[in-house]
Amino acid sequence: MKRRLAYLLPVLVFLGLLGFFFRGLFLDPKAIPSVLIDRPVPQMDLAALPGRGDTGLKSEHFKGQVSLVNIFGSWCVSCVAEHPMLMRLKAEGVVPIHGIDWRDDPVQGMLWLQKNGDPYTRVGTDPPPGRTAVDFGVTGAPESFIVDAEGRIRYKHVGIIDERNWRQTLLPIIKELQK
Amino acid sequence: MITESGHFALALALFVALAQSGLGLYGARRGDDALMRCASGAAVALMLLTLVSFGALTYAYVVSDFSLVNVATNSHSAKPMLYKISGVWGNHEGSLLLWVTILALFAGAVVLFGRHLPPLLKARVIAVQGLVAGAFLAFILFTSNPFMRLARPPLDGNGLNPLLQDPGLAFHPPFLYLGYVGFSMAFSFAIAALIEGRVDAAWARWVRPWTLAAWVFLTLGIALGSWWAYYELGWGGWWYWDPVENASFMPWLAGTALLHSALVVEKRDALKSWTILLAILTFSLSLLGTFLVRSGVITSVHSFASDPGRGMFILAMLTAVAGGSLTLYAFRAPALKAGGLFAPLSREGGLLLNNLLLSTAAGTVLLGTLYPLFVDALGGGKVSVGAPFYNAVFVPIMIPLVAAMAVGPLMTWKRTDLLGILSRMKFVVAATLLTGIAVWVLAGGRLGDLASAGGMALAAWLFLGSLWEIGERSMLFRASGPEVVARLKQIPLAAWGMTLSHAGLAIMIVGIVGSSAWMEERIQNMKVGETAKLHDVEIRLDSVSEVPGPNYAALSGTFVLLKDGKEYQRLSPERRQYRQPPRPTSETAIHSTLLGDYYTVIGEEAPGGGYVTRFYWQPLIAWMWAGALIMSLGGLVSLFDRRHRIGAPQGSRKS
Repeated sequence: MKRRLAYLLPVLVFLGLLGFFFRGLFLDPKAIPSVLIDRPVPQMDLAALPGRGDTGLKSEHFKGQVSLVNIFGSWCVSCVAEHPMLMRLKAEGVVPIHGIDWRDDPVQGMLWLQKNGDPYTRVGTDPPPGRTAVDFGVTGAPESFIVDAEGRIRYKHVGIIDERNWRQTLLPIIKELQK
Repeated sequence: MITESGHFALALALFVALAQSGLGLYGARRGDDALMRCASGAAVALMLLTLVSFGALTYAYVVSDFSLVNVATNSHSAKPMLYKISGVWGNHEGSLLLWVTILALFAGAVVLFGRHLPPLLKARVIAVQGLVAGAFLAFILFTSNPFMRLARPPLDGNGLNPLLQDPGLAFHPPFLYLGYVGFSMAFSFAIAALIEGRVDAAWARWVRPWTLAAWVFLTLGIALGSWWAYYELGWGGWWYWDPVENASFMPWLAGTALLHSALVVEKRDALKSWTILLAILTFSLSLLGTFLVRSGVITSVHSFASDPGRGMFILAMLTAVAGGSLTLYAFRAPALKAGGLFAPLSREGGLLLNNLLLSTAAGTVLLGTLYPLFVDALGGGKVSVGAPFYNAVFVPIMIPLVAAMAVGPLMTWKRTDLLGILSRMKFVVAATLLTGIAVWVLAGGRLGDLASAGGMALAAWLFLGSLWEIGERSMLFRASGPEVVARLKQIPLAAWGMTLSHAGLAIMIVGIVGSSAWMEERIQNMKVGETAKLHDVEIRLDSVSEVPGPNYAALSGTFVLLKDGKEYQRLSPERRQYRQPPRPTSETAIHSTLLGDYYTVIGEEAPGGGYVTRFYWQPLIAWMWAGALIMSLGGLVSLFDRRHRIGAPQGSRKS
C-alpha cells in the first residue's frame, strides 16, 4: 500500500501545482502597482496635430472632469483594431477621450485620424523619443489612462480597449469617479 | 488562396490527429493490423498537412501579406528576408504552429524509420503523438489562429522586435523546439509502455536515440540563446535565470537525467518506473516551459491579459497531458517488474546519484521560477527570484554531480571498488590538486580566490577523468602500441560520445568559472580621441559616424584597441535606432581570443558631448560556447552508435 502511495505522489504534487496555476491565471504579474497611480498627470505642453484645430494637450486640460487618455500612433497596428471601439465611446459620450500621438510624425498622425475617424476631444503630439508618454509610464501602444477631475491618474489599462474590459473594468471606474 | 489552403490544412490536421490517436489506440487494443496501418497513414498525412500549413504561413510572411493579423503585427515590408522568415516563429501563433509541425515530423519519422518497432508499441506511440498534436492543433485553431484575416489591412506591418532581428535568435527557437518536441517521443514511448505494462531493455534502446537527438537539439538551442543574450543584450551577461531561460533549462536537466537512467534500464533492467516517470516529467516540463512563457502566467505578455480564454485552454491541456499521464503512471507503474539489484557503490548507483542530483537541480529551478507565482497567489505581493538564489542553491548541487561524473564511467555494474578506482586515478587526483593550487596562486592567492580555484580544479578533474576512462579502456601506457590502437578502435561510438560530452562540460565549466570570477567592466563617458583602460589594453575612441541600415539608422563607433601602445584590433559597435517598431538596440563588437573576449558597447550621446561607452573583459568565455558545442557533438557521435541506429534489430553484430 505504501508503495502504491509513492507512485501516487507525482500526480498529487502536480495537482497542487495546478491549483497555483489556476490562481495564477487570474493574477496579472505585470500589474505592478504603478507608482504613478493617484499622482497628478505629468507636466506637459504637447503641440497640436497640424490642421486639427485644437490647441494641443496641456496638464491643465485634465482639471475639471474625468477623462480617458489614449496613447496611439499611426505606426501602431493594434490601434487600428482598437479604433472602432473608441469611435463608439465618443458617440456614447460617457467620457471625453484625449489622445497622445506617440513617437509619431504629426502629419502621419493627422492623416491616420482623417482616414480612421477622430474620437478625441484633444490630441497632443509626442514625437520621438516620446518623453511625455514615458513620464506617464507607457510601455507600448495602445495604452489608456483614466484621469480624475483633479487631474490625477487613477487607472492604467495596457492593450486594446474592447467591449469586455470596457464593461467590466474601465466603465465602472469612470462611473465611480464621475459621482 | 494559399493562405486559405494553409488554414484548411490546419483544420483538417486536427481531425487527422484525432483519427490517428483513436485508430492507433483502438487498433492496438484489438490487435488489428489494418487499423494500426491506418494510424500510421494518418501520421504521415498529419505530417504533410502541418507542413502545408506552415509553408502557407511562411509564404504569407515572405510576400508580406498584411491582410493577416499575424503578419501585420509581427512583420514589416522593409525587413531583411531572413527575419521575415524567422518572424514566422517569432510570435505566439507562429511558434505554436512550428511546435505542432515538428511534433508531426517526429511522429512521421516513427512511421518512416520505425519499421523494426513491435507493431503494438509503434501504434500506441503514434497514437499518443496524435493526441498531443490534436490538443495543440485545437489550441491553435480555437485561440491562437495565425491565419486570421484583418478586415482593413494596414499599408505596412508593425515590425518584429529589433532585438529578435539577429541571426543567432533566428535559429534559436527551432532548435529549442526540436528539443522540447523531441522529448515528446520519450513521453509517447513511456505512455505506450504504461498501457502495455511492459518496460524492458529493448524499450530503452528504442527510446534512447530519440531522447539523445532531442537532447542534442536542446543543448544547441540553449547555447544559441545564451550566446545571443551575450552579444546582443549588451550587458556582458550570458545567463540571467529569467523564466524564459529556466523554461528551457528545466527540461534539459530532466532530459539529461532521462538519458542516463534509460542506460540503466537498457543495461541492467533496473530503475524502470523511475525512467518512465522521468520521461513523463521531461516532456511535462517542456510543455510547462512553453506555456509559462507563452501564457504569461509568469512573465506577462500583452496578449494574455486581454485573453483569459487562452490561458484557460493552456491549463486544460497541461492538466490533460501531465495530469493524465501521471495518473496513468500512478495506477500502472506499480505493476512494472523491478529488475536487477545493485549495491550503492556501483555504476547503477553512480547513475542514480546523477539522477537524484539532476532532478533536484530541475526541481530547484522549478521552485525558483514558480516562487513568485506562489507568493502572489497566496497574497504575498510581487517578488522576484534572481541570480543570488540560484547561485546559492544550484552550485552546491552541481559540485558533487561534476565530482562524481569523472568517476562514474570507471565504475563497474552491480558493485564497484571506489577506492581502487581512485588509487588508479592518482595521476588525475594529483593533476587536479596542482591545477587548483596553480590557479589559486595565479589569481592572487587571496581567500576569495579559493572558489574560482576550486571551480577550475573541478573542471580539470572532470576533463582528465573523462580522458582517463578512455585511457583505461585502451590500456594506454600499459599495453603495446598496436594493441592500444586495436583497443581504441573497439571502443563504441557511444563511449566516445560520452567522453566528448563530459569533457565538453569540463571545458564549459572553465568558461563559466573564468567569466564569473575575473570579469572586468568599465563604463565611462568618452569623447572622440579619448582612451580608457581595459584589462591589458587601452581603448581609444577613434570616430563616431552615422550609418544607414535597411530598417534602422545606426550610430557606429570605431574603437582602436592598443596593446603596449601598438594597434592590436579595431572594433565597431553600433547603436541602432530601428524605425519599425521604433526601438533602440545596441550591437556589440567583440574580439574573441582563447584567453578572453574584449567586448565593446557604444551608448547614447551624452548631454555634454561624448558618448557613454561600456567595455568588458570576459575571461575564457569562448570556452563556454566551445564546451557547449563539444557537449552536443558528443551526443551526436553517440547517436551514430550501431546500438542506437533507429530500430536496428538486436544481435546483428558483425565486425
